[in-house]
Amino acid sequence: MTRFGKEGFDGDFFELVLEHPDPQSPAWRNWKPGQFVMVRPTAWEHNPLWGRPFSIYRADEDGLSVFFQIVGRGTERLAKLEPGDEVTVWGPLGNTFAVREDAPTLILAGGIGLAPFAEYVRRHPHPENLKVVFGHRPPVECYPLAKMAERVSCQSCRETCPADLDDFIALLGRVIPDYCRDGLVLACGPMPFLKTVQRIVAEHGGKAQLSLENRMACGVGACLGCVCDHKEEGPVSVCARGPVFWSDEITF
Amino acid sequence: MDMKVSFGGLSLKNPILTASGTFGYGLEYTRFGELATLGGIVVKGLSLEPRVGNPMPRIAETPSGMLNAIGLQNIGVRNFVEKRLPKLPADQMAVIANLYACSAEEFAELAGYLSEQPGVAALEVNISCPNVSSGGILFGQDPKMAARVTEAVKRRAGDKPVIIKLSPNVTDITEIARAAAGAGADILCLINTLSGMAVDARTRRPRLANVIGGLSGPAIKPVALRCVHQVSRAVDVPIIGVGGIASAEDVLEFILVGAHAIQVGTANFIRPDFVFRLVDELERLCEAYGITSFDEYRGSLRL
Ligand SMILES: Cc1cc2nc3c(=O)[nH]c(=O)nc-3n(C[C@H](O)[C@H](O)[C@H](O)COP(=O)(O)OP(=O)(O)OC[C@H]3O[C@@H](n4cnc5c(N)ncnc54)[C@H](O)[C@@H]3O)c2cc1C
Ligand SMILES: Cc1cc2nc3c(=O)[nH]c(=O)nc-3n(C[C@H](O)[C@H](O)[C@H](O)COP(=O)(O)O)c2cc1C
Ligand code: FES
Repeated sequence: MTRFGKEGFDGDFFELVLEHPDPQSPAWRNWKPGQFVMVRPTAWEHNPLWGRPFSIYRADEDGLSVFFQIVGRGTERLAKLEPGDEVTVWGPLGNTFAVREDAPTLILAGGIGLAPFAEYVRRHPHPENLKVVFGHRPPVECYPLAKMAERVSCQSCRETCPADLDDFIALLGRVIPDYCRDGLVLACGPMPFLKTVQRIVAEHGGKAQLSLENRMACGVGACLGCVCDHKEEGPVSVCARGPVFWSDEITF
Repeated sequence: MDMKVSFGGLSLKNPILTASGTFGYGLEYTRFGELATLGGIVVKGLSLEPRVGNPMPRIAETPSGMLNAIGLQNIGVRNFVEKRLPKLPADQMAVIANLYACSAEEFAELAGYLSEQPGVAALEVNISCPNVSSGGILFGQDPKMAARVTEAVKRRAGDKPVIIKLSPNVTDITEIARAAAGAGADILCLINTLSGMAVDARTRRPRLANVIGGLSGPAIKPVALRCVHQVSRAVDVPIIGVGGIASAEDVLEFILVGAHAIQVGTANFIRPDFVFRLVDELERLCEAYGITSFDEYRGSLRL
């Protein structure tokens, strides 16, 4: 059974609200922002074959929801789900972002990479220590930024032409140094964005936590299809060992 | 009904196994069901030393299937025996080790080591490695080499049943099956993945870093059924069927054409509790179809 909402978001952005798989289980009672679920409507039968991974956007007595953007055939069909359609969900999967209550924490989100941070911000015991820098192409109204801005300082940068990207990277270069050694830097977004964050923190002798979005099949560490290069351990599954890694642990 | 099956020196509480490479080392799935409900599991292909596998991307989705070029990333046979095997309920279901090597000697060494491990119920030999010394042809594509590997493994396997897993990427699969059977294989497993590729018309790039990969999933079921059918008529060695199984109906189809047991591979990715649910579903379907004995139903295809 699914409930399905699109409230407040424009364009190709949806909040998919699902019946909670098992609110009483210990894994769900202790879920933390950064973790994700695999989502697969029964009606897909054998095509598409794999479930699709999404960060947990919210999970409480009222349900489980993910916030997603249409990018291909899977998300296209997820957007068309109707109330009552059956969906298989497995999770919560993966690890979580670090929380340091008293440390200044910089959240860097690129596009749909904002999704895992909604609940991070809502739960943080000292929101005054948080700053969000958000880079995006579609209008800001497409994303749940306004709600986060009620609690924490948010800066949004829209990219409408190539020069905007240079400005955004320059901005990252200015804000990151203040946080990456004594505070905490968390980032989620497209690969080039994560690479840029990794480079800047390294230049300043610091590190960041990066959440990777590799293509996944099983989501549980069994198929070895989603690995990234870990400097000490070699290839490790992003779904089981991650999706969050310290920037100095991995090479892209 | 009685779900037990016994064949080629292997006794299983039901004919449902998981396929190598799709179920990790078993522990990855313990939160989705009880391993002890399964006939057994086949673990990811093990080599003498740990392997890092191929570069990314290594998986691609295709209509009703997928391509993989994992490149046999694994923790190595000793790590498996020391760190994973003790955690598996090997007294309640069969733990089958899948072996991967590039020479008959290496295969024999793996078999020798694993034959001494009480928790291992059988050895499944993946003969898909290109043998470099004889010009890159796959062991599984040359009857002589398939026989050589089978003999080498048999010699060192002690009392563990030896399963030879065949590749469908050959002109005549019965030829390889006969060679493996003649060399002493206790059981044949078929099929491994079909060689395939996927490309992106927009970026003009292959979807796998390795360019070519192995196709699996429901898309390959007709090929797998055909192979089991042909081989079960050609050799007198029990067969484990694998390839695209995604329902209890599929399981019965494989038994109907001659399989003693089956393995579930890619369907584990469709939903992680699939194989656990399959045990009950198979029992229910047997009842619905009035099947009371697998021995009687097996190979009863009406032609
Ligand atoms: C741990 C994790 C958390 C994620 N969280 C979210 C989230 O909260 N919200 C959200 O909208 N998306 C999230 N994603 C990405 C999401 O899984 C993909 O967008 C989705 O699987 C695409 O499916 P599709 O069938 O629509 O695309 P496909 O038809 O499979 O592919 C279409 C296009 O999407 C791109 N794409 C496919 N898979 C991914 C991927 N895993 N990451 C990035 N791009 C991809 C492809 O390169 C291609 O260009 C997450 C991914 C991971 C691994
Ligand atoms: C991701 C993946 C990894 C695999 N790894 C192995 C392996 O290590 N050894 C092996 O013998 N077969 C391996 N296989 C092949 C499967 O065991 C099985 O033969 C094949 O996938 C066909 O079955 P299916 O269609 O049910 O998946 C792998 C398959 C997949 C999809
Ligand atoms: S998706 Fe299978 S190992 Fe990560």
